[in-house]
Amino acid sequence: MNMETIRELQAYGYILFTIFLAVILYSYLYHLYRDEKTGTRNYEKYSDIALHDNIDDAPVEAISPLNKEKD
Amino acid sequence: MQAKDALNYDYSVAKCFTYATILFGIIGMLIGVVIAYQMAFPELNYLAGEYGTYSRLRPLHTSGVIFGFLLSGIFASWYYIGQRVLKVSMAESKFLMVIGKLHFWIYMIVILTAVVTLFMGVSTSKEYAELEWPLDIAVVVLWVLWGFSIFGLIGIRREKTLYISMWYFIATFLGVAMLYLFNNMEVPTYFVSGVGKWYHSVSMYAGTNDAMVQWWYGHNAVAFVFTVPIIAMIYYFLPKESGQPVFSYKLSLLSFWGLMFVYLWAGGHHLLYSTVPDWVQTMGSIFSVILILPSWGSAINMLLTMKGEWGQLKANPLIKFMVLASTFYMLSTLEGPIQAIKSVNALAHFTDWIPGHVHDGTLGWVGFMLMAALFHMAPRMYKKELYSKKLMEAQFWLQTTGIVMYFTSMWIAGITQGMMWRATDQFGNLAYSFIDTVTVLIPYYSLRATGGLFYLVGFFMFSYNMYKTISAGKAISSEPQNASPMSA
Repeated sequence: MNMETIRELQAYGYILFTIFLAVILYSYLYHLYRDEKTGTRNYEKYSDIALHDNIDDAPVEAISPLNKEKD
Repeated sequence: MQAKDALNYDYSVAKCFTYATILFGIIGMLIGVVIAYQMAFPELNYLAGEYGTYSRLRPLHTSGVIFGFLLSGIFASWYYIGQRVLKVSMAESKFLMVIGKLHFWIYMIVILTAVVTLFMGVSTSKEYAELEWPLDIAVVVLWVLWGFSIFGLIGIRREKTLYISMWYFIATFLGVAMLYLFNNMEVPTYFVSGVGKWYHSVSMYAGTNDAMVQWWYGHNAVAFVFTVPIIAMIYYFLPKESGQPVFSYKLSLLSFWGLMFVYLWAGGHHLLYSTVPDWVQTMGSIFSVILILPSWGSAINMLLTMKGEWGQLKANPLIKFMVLASTFYMLSTLEGPIQAIKSVNALAHFTDWIPGHVHDGTLGWVGFMLMAALFHMAPRMYKKELYSKKLMEAQFWLQTTGIVMYFTSMWIAGITQGMMWRATDQFGNLAYSFIDTVTVLIPYYSLRATGGLFYLVGFFMFSYNMYKTISAGKAISSEPQNASPMSA
């Protein structure tokens, strides 16, 4: 294979990889918004972890023995 | 847990690291001001024989502020924030308490030994990785202890979800572990070939390969020590101090993954126009420009967290420190990518614009955020009001003036220097010799050193305020929810 072909393949590889990464990024964003819309998870409530952080405050999502079993 | 009512967060390790932050801050910044004045007044190099020369002191300044001041500040914040966002006290685990204290004492021994050996001139000569192999092994031990502390606390947590700051702390831990190990792969010369003292070593990599590993490390030290843990802090301290939830938690997650992916590829911009492969240089340049997005994602998220609450900026100096820190983060993460563009770099490389860029990031973003963090923690750890709001305001303005003097003088000096280096006469001969540029730059060096001195004086004001808070602050009966209490 000559150098020119190698360079051409590299360029195709580069553009495809960039598109692949952009797709991953936007898919993650879509996943965040879809989860919120379908009620699977409310990300914004996690801000409360910092605001209500006294030791006797109720955890935003507690680790219960049940959860541990599930995990 | 029945005894939960009596349970409190245990800040003993956080307090130890707070004292270390102040101590190493003073040492590191003092040396920084001395070497800055040495640039303006070269005779200052001869004050203390070999121990006072610029070349001996420069690694002490960089290691002192990065691994002394900054790391202890990061550890202090971790031992404070970690417990609170996981809702678990270190007092609940004797093991974690022992690990925490061991972590602190080994850290102190390592850093103090580093100070002594660097003064003695024992150095690997790799920038920001000057420590010799026995100390590198000790660094690995203390890092592993920190890992035990992080994952140990996560293991006994009550809060199921890890708050965004935790992600950034974990990334700091993993990122630095990987970078430090690979860049410090070294061959002890005495044991391999009988050359040098027992503690001497050479890098396992040679030539261009060594340069590539060095700057992959060097630039990501900026990422995982100057940026990632400081974002961990601002995501906790700004919402907590202002009482406002993070503007967009989703944006914080997206910025996190963006930063993690992009940062690791940007180090090549330190080697533009050198012997490293062209594609490494281009990649370094491109990723540096892309880096604006996740960096500004976090910074804008923080500024928007203050939406509708800008009155607090006037009333609370801690908010002022943090908002300015975030603003300086935006400035330096725009400036860095601009410098990484090949054609700009052709002018900027090796000039004083580079230390100017580093210092608007470190003094404005890192320093301000660390001091704000310690100010926020003090009333909660010691149950006392902050000693003086007026002193804090004065410190803020003095240091801000100092930073502006620092980076503006270095911008002018750097661009002047770059233009003079490339200037040619009509026949293509270089118009200036190196010493011509040095003579022109001396006034800017004086201005920079004085800006640094302002910042150092401000740091003494901060240290005094902290000392008086701890020793003579007005006692408070209950922990403040948001705004930190302070005496006028």
